[in-house]
Amino acid sequence: MTSPTKAEGSGPSAALDPELDSNTEPAEAAKLEGRSPGQLMWQRFKRDRTGVVSACVVIFFFVIAALAPVISALYGKDPYTLYAQEPDYPFLLDDFAMPTGSLGGISGDFWFGVEPKLGRDVFTMLLYGMRTSLFMAVVVTVFSVLTGVVIGMVSGYFGGKVDYWLGRITDFFLAFPQQLFFIAFMPVVTALFVSPTDETPTYLRAMAIILVMWFLGWMGMARLVRSSVLSLREREFVEAAKVSGASPARIVRKEILPNIVTPILVQGTYMLPSSILSIAFLSYVGVGFVEPTPDWGRMFAIGSEIYEQDPAFMFFPGVAMVIFVLTFNLLGDSVRDAFDPKTGR
Amino acid sequence: MLQFLIRRLSGAVVIMFLIGAFTFFLFYSIPQDFAELACGKNCSPENIAVIRENLGLDKPITTQFWEFMTGIVTGRDFPQGHCSAPCLGVSFDSDQFVWDSIKDRFPLTLSLTVGGLVIFLLFGLGTGLLAAWKRGTVVDKLVSGSSMVLSSFQIYFLGPIVLSILVYNTGWLDFPKYVDFTENPAKWFMGMLIPWAVMATIFTAQYTRMARSTMIEQLQEEHVRTARAKGMRQAYVFFRYAWRGSLIPIVTIIGMDLSALLSGAVVTEFTFDLAGIGRLAVDGSLSKDLPLTMGVMLFGAFFILILNIIVDLAYAYIDPRVRLA
Repeated sequence: MTSPTKAEGSGPSAALDPELDSNTEPAEAAKLEGRSPGQLMWQRFKRDRTGVVSACVVIFFFVIAALAPVISALYGKDPYTLYAQEPDYPFLLDDFAMPTGSLGGISGDFWFGVEPKLGRDVFTMLLYGMRTSLFMAVVVTVFSVLTGVVIGMVSGYFGGKVDYWLGRITDFFLAFPQQLFFIAFMPVVTALFVSPTDETPTYLRAMAIILVMWFLGWMGMARLVRSSVLSLREREFVEAAKVSGASPARIVRKEILPNIVTPILVQGTYMLPSSILSIAFLSYVGVGFVEPTPDWGRMFAIGSEIYEQDPAFMFFPGVAMVIFVLTFNLLGDSVRDAFDPKTGR
Repeated sequence: MLQFLIRRLSGAVVIMFLIGAFTFFLFYSIPQDFAELACGKNCSPENIAVIRENLGLDKPITTQFWEFMTGIVTGRDFPQGHCSAPCLGVSFDSDQFVWDSIKDRFPLTLSLTVGGLVIFLLFGLGTGLLAAWKRGTVVDKLVSGSSMVLSSFQIYFLGPIVLSILVYNTGWLDFPKYVDFTENPAKWFMGMLIPWAVMATIFTAQYTRMARSTMIEQLQEEHVRTARAKGMRQAYVFFRYAWRGSLIPIVTIIGMDLSALLSGAVVTEFTFDLAGIGRLAVDGSLSKDLPLTMGVMLFGAFFILILNIIVDLAYAYIDPRVRLA
């Protein structure tokens, strides 16, 4: 938990504590070098080498995912073309439709090899697959975090009956067997939008995945926010704000929210990789994205069919995912440590 | 104790009812005729009418829902015959009683979950304790580092790796296959060994990290320091004082992870091509088989709720401050 300094500074009680506040008294700040909790956190984070490296790797993943079209244009291939049928590459696949050459057909033309059977380029498939997964995971995480924060805030701040019923609803959703729910409801939610006889467009599939995952994604955050708000609600600076006549909206926004940003941020960093894994799982099982949408999880589905003959295919998507999840978790730990140096590892 | 059980079980019944209602009505909001689906292609209108009557689809939705829910307690009669007490209806697709399909598939999922749970608790807590005991040494660094990396693996990536090493390249083990425990315990064990190992590895890694950090936290507590100060043996302090205290947060997390455990079992089923509850759920949902999906959802929820109650009982056993009332 960060100190309530920042909230006090922006709240009505700022005048009580002038030397801690660098924003309103710039002249004094130059002498005393007062730092906001954010600045302190940034300084601690910069010193944590693991954290900085992980942050760089995570940013690298996001950048190559965002630049996938540019990279694949420079590289000269795309994830849809069946290169085995192109006249330019006559001997890409052998008679058993497996890549010729060692290690899944890695060559100067195909950096990460060739997909068995269809002869697509693994490198661009992975790039675009990551793009799909990261985009979906970010959307799901943002939605879940927002929902969780709102519900947690309401039940923590208002308490009483509201808290009781929101708590029961949260418990109810927690009782759902999550993965079974995802599997069982993906087709149902898709069928709500499209008649079963029609082809489902990709954006509708994406929407259905987001809906289903959002639906069961917010409870952890809601509980966390609720408990943080509960402990803050009784603190002096909140009571001072109440006494001075601030509206509940203002208290929530200006007094409480700045003080719970830390746990929300940390929890959010842990949520993102787990939603990537859940989305990948859906496609892996066959209820998420389908051909020909490039997707990280679907590469594992393809890989698991042919790993006996061509284990190299799964290598790059798998290693990329392990590195991504690992660095993201390390980043989450570093962010937590930077905000709250008391939790030693 | 009895009061606690009654209260928790009645809570579970309410939650199951709500989950059932939710699933049921969501399914009925699909603009689709289930009788047509059940009939398959090239179906005459008369056939559809017959099926609709057989499946009870001609009645109002609320009546159907009520019949379904009461059927779980009392059993129901279908044209296929009598469906006894925990009756979850008849599958639209296969015409079998859903309860029978679940009963067929469940031993596999149960073996996976419980076996996996035992393995990862043993190894995860064990290595976590070891790392905390040897804190700061090479052993600690090795355990912490490898658990960090392993916890980032996925079952569907680790599974094929293990299979290609142990099954295809060396031939030390056979491809995982489920044999019923009552039939042949040795074969059951050998068949489940790889799935257990793969599933447990990822959970083990997570629990190692957790056990280590809670243990280290506990070792800094004041009562532990006092015990040390009065000259108690290191091992005694470690196991009697710190270990007992660190079990409490661990059991709490196990309770929260039960749903993840079932999910892990489902992923493992798919990775090793085992026909369990997860496969049943996918079949049911892809063919929009309402009773099957209802059955699997309710059963999964029931399973988690029961395990949760067991965890809460364990909680009271470990922490004397918690009284069940």
